[in-house]
Amino acid sequence: MSETLDLSHYAKPEADGTCGMDLAVEGVHCGACIARIEGAVKQLPGVTEARLNFTNRRLHVAWADGALAPAQILQTLEDAGYHGYPFAPLRAEEEEAAEARRLTRCLAVAGFAAMNIMLLSVSVWSGNASDITPETRDFFHWASALIALPAAAYAGRPFFASAWRALRARSLNMDVPISLGVILALAMSVVETAHHARDAYYDSAIMLLFFLLVGRALDHAMRRKTRAVAGNLAALRTETARRFDGDELVNVPVKALAAGDRLLVRPGERVPADGVVINGLSELDESLITGETARRKVGAGATVYAGSMNFSGALTLRVTAADRATLLDEIERLLEKAASAKSRTMRLADRAARVYAPMVHLTAALTFVGWWLAGASLHDAVVTAIAVLIITCPCALSLAIPAVQVVASGALFRAGVILNAGDAIERLAEADTIVFDKTGTLTLPEPRVTNAAAIVPEILQTAARLALSSGHPLAVALARETATRTPFEGVVEEPGQGVRALIDGAEARLGSAEFCSLTITPLIPAQAGIQGDGRGGDGLRPWVPASAGTNGIDSGASQIYFVHGERMASFVITQKLRPDAVEVAKALAGLGLELHILSGDRNDSVGPVAGALGIADWRAELKPAEKIALIDQFKEQGRRVLMVGDGLNDAPSLAAAHVSLSPISAAELTQAQADAVFLGEKLAPVLETISVARRARVLMQENLWFAAVYNAIAVPVAIAGAVTPLIAALAMSGSSISVTLNALRARGAKAARL
Amino acid sequence: MNVLVYLVPAAVGLGLIGLLAFLWALRSGQYSDIDGAALRVLSDEDIEK
Repeated sequence: MSETLDLSHYAKPEADGTCGMDLAVEGVHCGACIARIEGAVKQLPGVTEARLNFTNRRLHVAWADGALAPAQILQTLEDAGYHGYPFAPLRAEEEEAAEARRLTRCLAVAGFAAMNIMLLSVSVWSGNASDITPETRDFFHWASALIALPAAAYAGRPFFASAWRALRARSLNMDVPISLGVILALAMSVVETAHHARDAYYDSAIMLLFFLLVGRALDHAMRRKTRAVAGNLAALRTETARRFDGDELVNVPVKALAAGDRLLVRPGERVPADGVVINGLSELDESLITGETARRKVGAGATVYAGSMNFSGALTLRVTAADRATLLDEIERLLEKAASAKSRTMRLADRAARVYAPMVHLTAALTFVGWWLAGASLHDAVVTAIAVLIITCPCALSLAIPAVQVVASGALFRAGVILNAGDAIERLAEADTIVFDKTGTLTLPEPRVTNAAAIVPEILQTAARLALSSGHPLAVALARETATRTPFEGVVEEPGQGVRALIDGAEARLGSAEFCSLTITPLIPAQAGIQGDGRGGDGLRPWVPASAGTNGIDSGASQIYFVHGERMASFVITQKLRPDAVEVAKALAGLGLELHILSGDRNDSVGPVAGALGIADWRAELKPAEKIALIDQFKEQGRRVLMVGDGLNDAPSLAAAHVSLSPISAAELTQAQADAVFLGEKLAPVLETISVARRARVLMQENLWFAAVYNAIAVPVAIAGAVTPLIAALAMSGSSISVTLNALRARGAKAARL
Repeated sequence: MNVLVYLVPAAVGLGLIGLLAFLWALRSGQYSDIDGAALRVLSDEDIEK
């Protein structure tokens, strides 16, 4: 790298005079990689620590402050054959790590206590059936109390805290009956033990906590895993910008930019931050922002937005808003409105809690009153009422939904879908209408050569290899057609025109028609392409590409030309549909979903795409506000809209829709709005997401029904006063385990066949 | 019967040692990279020659 790279933004000074940096490392596969990477980095002067976390593919490096430039570490990794991306750990991620450790500690304590108390309880139960002495039983009960009370005080904190928060907000959640049940069960047990009673419920209370903590810990671990992957992907996408420091150009991470900085943006690069052009002339592709594929000409004084692709000339900008935090005002305003107007759909679990919790408390109260009126002693009435509370404690109920969520998000994760929102699965399952954006969503994010099949392979290879030397977007698209990664030697780039080199003794040129000295008038896109027959200079023979109609989308096509001695070719480069888009659209329609396309692009771009996919309802040339209006219209008709989009112009619509998905290539802000992000080139994850979510919803409902049936059987027994601790323990673990096992069936959820 | 008076606390005490060992392992970060630990054990890099 000829320019210096300044990564000091990511280096964090640590207490002992060292500097630390975290990197997401790509290409780590095996144990040998760990040794190679750590070994190489430790060779650097001043490095005091290098440790690779293989689980989340992150490398932590610490070095004596000032001993080396952070960029050296990247270079070392590069030399060892790995790509490293500096990484600023998100605050949320650190908090979640702390929360995970807290949950694990609670789980360990509850597990320890549950095992020991169970041991004592089983002794008491078998003793009660045979010949235990009252002294021994009391001793066992007191020993249980000694373990249970501190353990519950420690391990129950997550539930107590959440219940307290809910009560203070004058609402009920599932943690309220849980906390009440645990506390009352323990309190009653202590009183009973003091009265030398036969039965105590220490084991029920602690087991309940243990099972619930297992559910929460799993849920948390799954979310953390997906977040770590999302974080690494974000680091991979982190771009650098060329900033003028005085007269010198320095590469800095985009995150380190500040308003007022002057930047150089070369052709083929994305504009790193919102700004004003100081000098230079170019064309910008703003499809990521507006969805429009036609390019905009910009010159001095023009405002440019982060994310636009610079096509033809170098631009010098002054940054007006750094770090991509700001966008088109319009989009930001709409986004705010949409996000606040988004009706907070109540989660299934909360709905269940709201019905369930008062019912439990009412039943317990009625049991107490009933027994008391029937002439039972106050003690017996209280004991029976508390037994009802314990047996109805919603162990199965509060596991019913999280367990399915964990298993389903695991299944989605393997399918390449990363969930952002915990309750997204429920909302995804409800979707009955899908609204697609076109550019970058139905089509691939980068343009592709569409007439490759019609060009002599040898010519294609030579041209593509020549294209490797240029950063121009069209050349980059062409370069994808070859597997070679070694460019030709001695390639000269004429900015804004093309590249040329001497290959096999003849000059080869790749670029505009003029640059290639072709005096032909550009053909209409459908016939775009000329090809030398390779035998001699007997003229250009135009041809009609056989495949242009099938997956080539005509509008917005660009052409570049290639001349090598007497051979010539022209390449048509356009936005291409995702490879499986047609099949997926058909399968989605087959699932009973209504498909729409709402695009910001021109009519003649969107029409062919809609036609190819068989989507009858499409609208083009929409502004972000109009997209929202249409989505609201769907909502008024009672539809649940799933929005799939990637552009910045889609961000407000994603927030307005019932649930949203976006591809990983989407703009950062758009991804943040989406409920889930999918990886890869294919559209299939959309289909997979829907089918996994629907299956998960069925399982959630099954689980809720199961919990209800269990209560319908157990509660009458409890009200009758016939519940012993043994029955309570069996019923509780039995129902929890069967609900969890049922949730595991979400693993087998297969995507609907294409 | 009397034997239980010290056997039960002894059993609980042993379990407590296990619990504390786990909490110590958790605190010292031994669970932060489970996959890596499985591979590192095979590496000879750390053997002093």
